[in-house]
Amino acid sequence: MDFSALSPVALIASLMVASTPILLAAIGELVVEKSGVLNLGVEGMMITGAIFGFAISVETGSPWLGLVAAMVGGAGMALIFGILTQVFLSNQVATGLALTLFGLGFSALVGQSYTGIKPPPFPRLDIPALTEIPYIGKILLNHDYMVYISLGLVLAVWYFLRFTRKGLILRSIGENHTAAHALGYKVIRVRLLAIMFGGACAGLGGAYLSLIRVPQWTEGMTAGAGWIALALVVFASWKPGRLIIGAYLFGGVTILQLNLQAVGVNIPVAYLSMAPYVITILVLVIISSDRKKISLNAPASLGRVFHASN
Amino acid sequence: MKIFKRMAAGAVLALGLAGASGAEPLKVGFIYVGPVGDLGWSYQHDLGRQAIEAHFGDQVETSYVESVPEGSDAERVLTQMARSGTKLIFTTSFGYMDPTLNVAAKFPDVKFEHATGYKRADNVSTYSGRFYEGRTVLGHIAGHMTKTNTIGYIASYPIPEVVRGINSAYLAAKAVNPDVKFKIVWAFTWFDPGKEADAANALIEQGADVIMQHTDSPAAMTIAEGKGIYAFGQASDMMQFGPNARLSSIIDNWDPYYISRVQAVLDGTWVSTDTWDGIGAGMTGIGEFNKNIPDAVKASAAKLKDDLASGAVHSFTGPINKQDGSPWLAAGEIADDGTLLGMDFYVEGIEGELPK
Amino acid sequence: MFRLEARPQASKTWIVLTPILAVVATMFAGGLLFAALGKDPVASIQLIFWDPLFGEFAAMDRVDILKKAGPLILIALGLSIGFRAGIWNIGAEGQYIMGAICGAAVGLAFYPMEATFIFPLMVIAGALGGWAWAMIPAFLKNRFGTNEILVSLMLVYVAEHFLSQMSLGLLKNPEGRGFPGSRNLQQYASASNPELFPGTGMHWGVIAALVAVIAAYILMNRHLTGFQVRVTGESPRAAAFAGIIPRRIVVFCLGTSGALAGLAGLFEVSGPAGQISIDFNQGYGFTAIIVAFLGRLNPFGILLAGLLMGLTYIGGNLAEQAAGLPAAAIQAFQGMLLFFLLAFDLLSNYRIRRVRRRVVPQVTEPTASQETA
Repeated sequence: MDFSALSPVALIASLMVASTPILLAAIGELVVEKSGVLNLGVEGMMITGAIFGFAISVETGSPWLGLVAAMVGGAGMALIFGILTQVFLSNQVATGLALTLFGLGFSALVGQSYTGIKPPPFPRLDIPALTEIPYIGKILLNHDYMVYISLGLVLAVWYFLRFTRKGLILRSIGENHTAAHALGYKVIRVRLLAIMFGGACAGLGGAYLSLIRVPQWTEGMTAGAGWIALALVVFASWKPGRLIIGAYLFGGVTILQLNLQAVGVNIPVAYLSMAPYVITILVLVIISSDRKKISLNAPASLGRVFHASN
Repeated sequence: MKIFKRMAAGAVLALGLAGASGAEPLKVGFIYVGPVGDLGWSYQHDLGRQAIEAHFGDQVETSYVESVPEGSDAERVLTQMARSGTKLIFTTSFGYMDPTLNVAAKFPDVKFEHATGYKRADNVSTYSGRFYEGRTVLGHIAGHMTKTNTIGYIASYPIPEVVRGINSAYLAAKAVNPDVKFKIVWAFTWFDPGKEADAANALIEQGADVIMQHTDSPAAMTIAEGKGIYAFGQASDMMQFGPNARLSSIIDNWDPYYISRVQAVLDGTWVSTDTWDGIGAGMTGIGEFNKNIPDAVKASAAKLKDDLASGAVHSFTGPINKQDGSPWLAAGEIADDGTLLGMDFYVEGIEGELPK
Repeated sequence: MFRLEARPQASKTWIVLTPILAVVATMFAGGLLFAALGKDPVASIQLIFWDPLFGEFAAMDRVDILKKAGPLILIALGLSIGFRAGIWNIGAEGQYIMGAICGAAVGLAFYPMEATFIFPLMVIAGALGGWAWAMIPAFLKNRFGTNEILVSLMLVYVAEHFLSQMSLGLLKNPEGRGFPGSRNLQQYASASNPELFPGTGMHWGVIAALVAVIAAYILMNRHLTGFQVRVTGESPRAAAFAGIIPRRIVVFCLGTSGALAGLAGLFEVSGPAGQISIDFNQGYGFTAIIVAFLGRLNPFGILLAGLLMGLTYIGGNLAEQAAGLPAAAIQAFQGMLLFFLLAFDLLSNYRIRRVRRRVVPQVTEPTASQETA
């Protein structure tokens, strides 16, 4: 076997791109789950973001406006979920699944007239001298802006949850909404905001696919990325930092598999396609066998209906 | 609306115009495995449907159901169509084979046309395209255009249709460029734009400067355009995704066949047949050559296309050995359709193992 | 200002009324959607909700609804037991696939022998296949405390890859000219699951679903195990005091839902679908989760919810074909129906009271909250 043709630099660079959509969607979902809400509709919000972002970019010619539209679209979908689960007190698992169904159909309807169009190009970071630096330049300094934005967002969420008062309130609501309510915090308002943030992030992740990674619009183009984002959140045991590792690991296995094939290494492809999922399970097992840690991180009120009856 | 239609029909009768002669329009139905917006397989079939409407006008009335899963759902949708008066139904995916035959047995006076299958009945025809002929032309161009002598190939599943395409493209590329190498990535999906884009990137990373694909989305094309290398459209033209990258394309053109079959039903001459048409009959279309292709190559590719169309050249003409070196076709021998339909081996020179 | 007041017990009247209200609301919203797409809203709605039940070909369509609902009900019943216990198996899709593969493999192993024992053996293999696939998250949860939602979901993807591998390899029809997919079991009498009474749609899968409805009702309401499952879900602490061993409940719930999903897969592959193919699974495992909740985790509710879902599929296809609606519109329509059903469900568990706006007191009293998972 000849592995020498594989360039680690290129591998890392491309896995960063491949992982960005799921990283974006996952960081949003992490905040949602930290507030005690389980939204399984990530796929539906991502695909809505993908078409909103695409359509607005094409209409206005501005990829940035497209990203804003994607966030609005994702947050709008999330708001449906939020109103149903927070105001109408519907079951979160079922509502999330329904959201995915609706999102896939709705996005395809909106996107009917956008197939076969090219979106405007997305600017990428290109600092003349620095990008030329061997290895580091290509890995770190030669991506589109969204890669950095996604990493920045993870950092911001980490800071917000860990060091700010508002982050503390959000976490306490996720831990015990009854107690938080008794302390006078607006449980429903905070959760609605968290849900919309999650939707906006998922929408961004979807738009990353349709505007940058692929870039084009086709029905059902997220092809299950939203579900992977959900898995990542638990994989990371609700820690933003681990999310990056998880996303890059997941993207990495797929990229590595494709690259090994391209190099001509004979690998059992069909079985290797299962590898990312099997590895996720293995890592889950390893993380969760340390029981104390996971119970510290998992929001205790996750998925429970909150109703203040005062 | 109804009244208006009746009046129109009356007018036609009164004027004694030929053709429609006041008869009910022929109802033609289609079922697709994907959405019509997939810009690939189902999209092309739907273009065929639109071509029927454009060609026959009021004589026909078409309907379709998209994204129908293979199996029991297909059987149900076919039954719904047949019982509501549809007289000719095109079932456009291999997996519709058994459902088509089941429903056809229940509705003997409805005609069925099943794409890519091999089971027929008195009221079931089969049809498919010799897309490997198109890949011969594409391979020829790719062999000329590659500077790195490396052609990347994104394959879906290891089935005869896909293997045949790889072999024909490789043989054609090798004929004009003895140093050419194929790097093949199996995506194990027909449609996953993200994964297809990643596969294209991986191939480019390994030195491929021409990408061929047998997956459905135009993702690889957009990547090729971005990286400034070449690629080919698959199923549909895909010109809009890569004005510079797209050298040519292989187009599933069902229009002529669909129009001829509808005509046959209208004329009362429809009989069950098996059709496997290529470039000659226009079922396998070759997209316009890009301006980036040198004139000499354009000319030789056009000649190759014409020769394939006329039958002067066959994509698989011996001597050809199998990958393991064992002889397959003797010098001058032409592959028989049976072997081609069940092709499960690489030809000599292709590296890597065919996944099993 | 309005406020919600939890009902001590779900209102019987509203339990009946809310689904009807939801369907009516969906008709309005869906009608607007269809009108926006330039289609006749009344005709479209009629095609979806009326024609399959009472239209010209209703006899045929009702049979199809039953066939479509069968696997949904069977899977949803299994899931509902776990959901009652707070055990979240969302990987029924994978268990459905594995049941189909195992069952079909057993049948195909005997091809072309004709014998009466083959089909029962396939049924057992199907149930075992689904059960074994569900035992993976059960084992990992019990042994390592791994989250079953994630593991069962990941295993769906593994099962999907395994399915395409089987369709291309081991189970490929040797006479299928190299195309992926197994032999058609409908054409192998000993391994097929045909309609028992032609024209009724009653194949073994539908019968199993109906039997399972009753069995699940008895289990959950009349049997000790059902009681233990409910206690575990409602109050894990009380369950511990009652001497219920949580690990057994995990194994029981995941095992039952896995086996039922596997059975659904087996009945589908040997009956309506006929063969193992790359795209054999159509998301029944996920749709069944919605069915389980729409039926309020109650066996008879699930029966009705499954039939309603079946109706929208059959009617949806009719509307696509007859009214030219895109498949996406039907999908969005189904999504809306679910939204309304879930939203109106509120009325059966809560009472809406009109209250005067009050001055918000400085210190809020500790409040009781209604917690349901």
